[in-house]
Amino acid sequence: MKHLRRGFLKLAGGSGALVTLAATGLLKPSAAWAAPWNKNAFESKATADVIKNLGASTLIESKDITITAPDIAENGAIVPVAVTSRIPNTQSIAIIAEKNPFPLAASVDFSGGGEGYVSTRLKMGQTSDVRAIVKADGKFYTAVKEVKVTVGGCG
Amino acid sequence: MADPMRIRATLQGDTADVRILMRHPMETGTRKTASGVVPLHFIQSVIVQHNGKTVMDVQWNQAISRDPFLGVRVKGAKIGDKITVTWTDNKGDKRTDEATVVAGS
Repeated sequence: MKHLRRGFLKLAGGSGALVTLAATGLLKPSAAWAAPWNKNAFESKATADVIKNLGASTLIESKDITITAPDIAENGAIVPVAVTSRIPNTQSIAIIAEKNPFPLAASVDFSGGGEGYVSTRLKMGQTSDVRAIVKADGKFYTAVKEVKVTVGGCG
Repeated sequence: MADPMRIRATLQGDTADVRILMRHPMETGTRKTASGVVPLHFIQSVIVQHNGKTVMDVQWNQAISRDPFLGVRVKGAKIGDKITVTWTDNKGDKRTDEATVVAGS
């Protein structure tokens, strides 16, 4: 009898923990509200329009931005691109494949604890410059790296 | 329901190196098959949270590869910290997964 009761208590304790887990799990998605998708910038078809729609008027060439990407990408469907910004107070990084139908591929906003680094894989239609635009302290910095694409990956 | 993500968070010094692999078709809206053009379907937003606090808000368009990879770094992380990732695509589908920061090699 004693044994049974202990078992029941254990079970009750266990399910209690499960309920708490479920509750926190349910709460999380509502806490993760995204900033509205920047439709104007993402649907721009020319790099100049993308830059304008990102709110950048003047771009400063910077040696403190590193773009890590292959010189020659054999498969345009998967082009690994990483951008590191060593500029203090980096607020956001945008990655642009200049000759893609929609050049802006990604835009990352950082807040408390996010380091100025992002790595992802792009599709590229053809050989093109990959441009990174970094926003720091309200100013816009930029760097460019050419990636040669052997087989396009947009179709 | 979308397939789960694979998230790996390893501590390097005081920075967590977070690698996320999502499963998503990322259709550009231009690919043609025998039955016509495959409609646009891609992840628009990815949010990375560290112990419940948003550290990175990522916006993508269809130029990101299929089954997207995202690598980010989170400063001031400790072993056992929670990294939560949520994506939302242009059809309103969502997926949230969580990982714990582990010691790096």
